[in-house]
Amino acid sequence: MMIELKDIHKDYHLGMETVHALRGINLNIDENEYVAIMGPSGSGKSTLMNLLGCLDTASEGIYRLNGSDVSDMNDDDLAEIRNREIGFVFQNFNLLPRASALHNVELPLIYNGTPASDRRELAEDALKKVGLSDRMHHRPNELSGGQRQRVAVARALVNNPSIILADEPTGNLDTRTGDEIMDLFETLHDGGNTIILVTHEEYIAEHSDRIIRLRDGHVERDEAK
Amino acid sequence: MKYSWTEFGEGVRIALQALKANRMRSVLTTLGILIGVVVVTVIISVIQGMNTYVSGELSSLGTDNVFVSQYPWMINSWEEWLRVRKRPKIEKDHYEFLEAHVQLAEAVVPEVVTRRTVKYRTQDLGGVFIYGTTDKYMIISNAVPEFGRFFTDNEIHHRRNVCVIGREVADKLYKNKDPLGKRIKIGGQSFRILGVMEERGQMFDFSMDNNVMIPYTVFLKVFGKHRSLEIQAKALSPEIVNELKDELEALMRRARGLRVGQGNDFSVNEQSQLLEVYNNLTKVLWIVLIGIGSIALLVGGIGIMNIMLVSVTERTREIGIRKALGAKRRVILWQFLVESMFISSIGVILGLLISIGLATLVKQMSPIPVNISAWVAFLGIGFTVSIGIFFGLYPASKASRLDPIEALRYE
Repeated sequence: MMIELKDIHKDYHLGMETVHALRGINLNIDENEYVAIMGPSGSGKSTLMNLLGCLDTASEGIYRLNGSDVSDMNDDDLAEIRNREIGFVFQNFNLLPRASALHNVELPLIYNGTPASDRRELAEDALKKVGLSDRMHHRPNELSGGQRQRVAVARALVNNPSIILADEPTGNLDTRTGDEIMDLFETLHDGGNTIILVTHEEYIAEHSDRIIRLRDGHVERDEAK
Repeated sequence: MKYSWTEFGEGVRIALQALKANRMRSVLTTLGILIGVVVVTVIISVIQGMNTYVSGELSSLGTDNVFVSQYPWMINSWEEWLRVRKRPKIEKDHYEFLEAHVQLAEAVVPEVVTRRTVKYRTQDLGGVFIYGTTDKYMIISNAVPEFGRFFTDNEIHHRRNVCVIGREVADKLYKNKDPLGKRIKIGGQSFRILGVMEERGQMFDFSMDNNVMIPYTVFLKVFGKHRSLEIQAKALSPEIVNELKDELEALMRRARGLRVGQGNDFSVNEQSQLLEVYNNLTKVLWIVLIGIGSIALLVGGIGIMNIMLVSVTERTREIGIRKALGAKRRVILWQFLVESMFISSIGVILGLLISIGLATLVKQMSPIPVNISAWVAFLGIGFTVSIGIFFGLYPASKASRLDPIEALRYE
């Protein structure tokens, strides 16, 4: 089991009010699964994603990622986990605007101290995998939306993470480009990556092998195809 | 704590990029620091140069000379002036008494001065200092006649109208002619020239060759007995100057018939007091100017803090991205500290360059030997690092503590 969530609760305290975003999530995800997490606004979808991505910690419960208990980790340790185990792909790409595609992809390697020559090689490989070798030195503003997202995917891959966590990856793309990106994910899945997709679009979720639906902080349905 | 070089390199890269992207803003920010650095550096260097210059010039006065005068050299208040102006003048008898009894001095010399026009035939020379003194003048002032001789005790005793002239007087009045044996008119009286002093140069821009020495007995006769003498004594060695001061004070008190408990009605002065006066003046200068410099640096530092806060806000999303990708807090902290150190270093480097330029200018336009010494460069580096860290710490710390989730949501 790559991911094990046991009785996860997450509460937010806003002044006098407490919002119970997650109210007891139990979830297991295996290596090389292709999972989609769906749910309406307020279902706790974003909160669950932040938790899975180790951007935040649960108020209660246990989260085991690739054997390590990350439930209670401090900021520095979480940062390390994120760097090693998680590959993020965001809806709005979140690339550094003033850096080349290559440098963007190198970024996770910089933060684990990979020496320069190795960095370059690994980054170039990742860009090759997403078919952008000829655009390595372009800046994001010189790339199309689809190309930018590819760079983001390459960045997500470069550290060989346990999971690729994609939050509405096609949200800012037109249908055709979006399909291209989904094909890319398919390829990565075939290659052995574990993919977790967070979306509210049914037809995007259909690409996955298993759909987990959330409602009001609970898992409402968990269906494999 | 392991800081990898790659993270350092990334921090530097980001800082350079940010500065390039906001050139105008960065330059304006450093202005305060630049001004502060220039003010502090130039003033320190100029004052140091002045110190060297002044003590150099003063040292030609002689560190082993003590002066017994009617008034103190430095009068510090109106009340003090009211007290001292009633003092009796120093007379020939006092000098003779001191001269006869002093033991710790190599020589004791009376001196009385005025400034007159001297004449040779039809030629006038104005503004010449006329010194009434004895032949011991040569010991005290460390100068001897280059041509001819000084007057003797005998000539002093018999009040002969003889004199020794300074080099400048010789050159200007007698030009190519040999002045020895010729006459010179001083104060309406004719004097025979016995000798010409060697060239002595300048002290503080003041020529020491524009003078004529005559026997003090004659001086008092020609220019009136109402003048006070100044008695100058050279100590046997510089180490016993203070003892000589005490001895002269005691002798003078006897000469004046002062009882125990009565204050001195004369002053004993010496060269180190001049230096003290000078130091007191510059002390105030130091404080004022370093105050101004420090305020400018403070303003500059606050400017840096302000700009860095803006920079952090502008890059909120970017900070979120970096954190999401694994950048730890201290990495983000470091990134922004590097940027603020860069900005302050620009101000310091430019400031130092301008300081060197100004110092060179001052050196060329005045006799003051201004020098920007090497330690100033180290000071500059120290400033850069401390200002950059101190004023950049708050914004950098804010950046490092951003919540990545919030930061990623920032528009």
